[in-house]
Amino acid sequence: MTDLIDRDTFNHLVDLAAFELNEEQAQYLLREMNNQLKAIHELAVIPLEGDLPITSHGVPYTEAISAPPRADEWIPFEHPEAILAQAPETQDGYFTVPDIPHQTLE
Amino acid sequence: MTELCDLPAHRLVAALKKRQVSAREILESTLQRIAAVDGRPGSLAPGELTAEDTQRVHALITLTEQRARAQAENIDRKLAAGEDPGPLAGLPFTVKDIFCVLDTPSTAASRILASFNAPYTATSVARCEAAGAVMVGKVNLDEFTYGSSNESSAFQPSTRNPWNLSRVPGGSSGGSAASVAAGEAVFSLGTDTAGSIRQPAAFCGVVGLKPTYGRVSRYGLIAFGSSLDCPGPLARTVTDAALALQAMAGPDPHDSTTAVLPPGDYLGMLEKGVKGMRIGLSPDYFQITYPNQETGEYEQRPVPAEFEAAVRRAASLLESMGAEIVEGVPMPNTRYGIPAFFVISRVEAASNLHRYDGVKYGYRTDQPVQDLREMYRKTRAEGFGLQPKLRILMGMYVSAAQYSAQYYQRALRVRTLIRRDFEQAFDPAGKYRLHALLTPTTPTTAFPMGAVYGDSVLMQYADQLTVPANHAGIPGISVPGGIAEDGLPIGIQFLGPDYSEAALLQISRAYEIATEQEEWRKVKPRAIQTIL
Repeated sequence: MTDLIDRDTFNHLVDLAAFELNEEQAQYLLREMNNQLKAIHELAVIPLEGDLPITSHGVPYTEAISAPPRADEWIPFEHPEAILAQAPETQDGYFTVPDIPHQTLE
Repeated sequence: MTELCDLPAHRLVAALKKRQVSAREILESTLQRIAAVDGRPGSLAPGELTAEDTQRVHALITLTEQRARAQAENIDRKLAAGEDPGPLAGLPFTVKDIFCVLDTPSTAASRILASFNAPYTATSVARCEAAGAVMVGKVNLDEFTYGSSNESSAFQPSTRNPWNLSRVPGGSSGGSAASVAAGEAVFSLGTDTAGSIRQPAAFCGVVGLKPTYGRVSRYGLIAFGSSLDCPGPLARTVTDAALALQAMAGPDPHDSTTAVLPPGDYLGMLEKGVKGMRIGLSPDYFQITYPNQETGEYEQRPVPAEFEAAVRRAASLLESMGAEIVEGVPMPNTRYGIPAFFVISRVEAASNLHRYDGVKYGYRTDQPVQDLREMYRKTRAEGFGLQPKLRILMGMYVSAAQYSAQYYQRALRVRTLIRRDFEQAFDPAGKYRLHALLTPTTPTTAFPMGAVYGDSVLMQYADQLTVPANHAGIPGISVPGGIAEDGLPIGIQFLGPDYSEAALLQISRAYEIATEQEEWRKVKPRAIQTIL
């Protein structure tokens, strides 16, 4: 596990993340990602038993400490206008956005 | 002279209830302290850093003076009417600006949320206010909590350490720790994902408690790593941290990850001492891991001698009070906490940060755009600083289908090993049967501003002794454990089994009592004394 992230892979990630970067930012980010990857490679030396389970959160959620499923009830928010007021642009109670690009799949 | 704002919470509440002091007077004392020491608040257009800026704390992003005055008047009105004003009555507190508070800027220290006024209040904040506490302001942090120094905040000047204003306060709850240390708040509400309550508490010489995951609701907390984030209190004394936790802990129907367990009795056990408690020391917490700057290889070296000495001294004091000290507890996976965190936290961060798109709330680019995609790109490019961008990109890389088994799945399995270390140490039927593990909180004292910022790996390793508790979900507390030769505070940490906050507070309080009369306890943050 000594692979480094190359510039093409990096550019692909930048596109997926919907960022635009100048060259200085791109160089900094790629360098730091590869430095972090080097730290992550420390994990490669740990022998893991074949059936070692993953832990997705530390504290086990037993039935005794978990809330029972709640009723599927619709509870309206008291001030929906306060939510809409935070949006950069709205019209008639809808969020508005620039044109959505369309693409025809072949 | 000791001002009202320097008194501990439990004494203020007692005086208030006896009508010896009013909530208004406590608040005025606090606002005066803020005016004297804090300097200008963090802003998106700070201009040049002035000489005066370097002599101020800059804990605050938003001062909520009017709201605080109304709350304080309400407390005084209740007292006058003979009503119970609540267990936190009249206590001025600050809130890390990662919590939503109704009609208040809730920025996450990011340009992308700079204009966001939350339409609701986080449960933990609401519970403190319902208990009578008075919110004086929202305090600075690393952007989206991504850092250990506060320097990455989009709101500059960033917070400085009240003990030495050329040092960082730690992070990401740096504004919380600094505001409490400087007397700008009696307690503060912070969050801890890798050590973000405990590390700044250690750097600023205050108490910082990360509760068990699920002990305190995350509703209204702007998410970073959803399987790791824990809200918790920072305060100047152990009793005050217990008081604040008592108000905020417990199940919340708005957060299904809160445990359906009643909170413990955090105050009732405080003075019970440590007789018969088993407290462990681990050689793995006296070692720190660092990247060698020349070779790039990872090396282990001992923690600074004065840190180990502070921990061993605490152990011998607790032993003299009746605790049993257990040496040599193996915690072999401690060193993998940061590498695993680099993977898990980035995946969760990337997932949580995709929601910022310039559509529903927050910032949208002012530039003309052709279509929606271009609006996303420009909004996110302008709205996020470099550290959030770095976390998003890294999270996407290590969770990509072709790398996930190698990185993300592996890190989640290493997390199992980290959890097992603690389970074995705390197992009541096991070899060690610990009530708590005693460790240093940090590998160093507060570092100089500018010394680490930019090096994302070195910055992350500041959390290496705190992050295992986040992986495992267990509670941890950092308490002041002395002053180092450089004049800066040393923090010591107690880690305990799930939901053992009451025992951790009890042990911490015993240590506080044992050291109450020591000279270092009398030293107050020097930089603040100079400003005042």
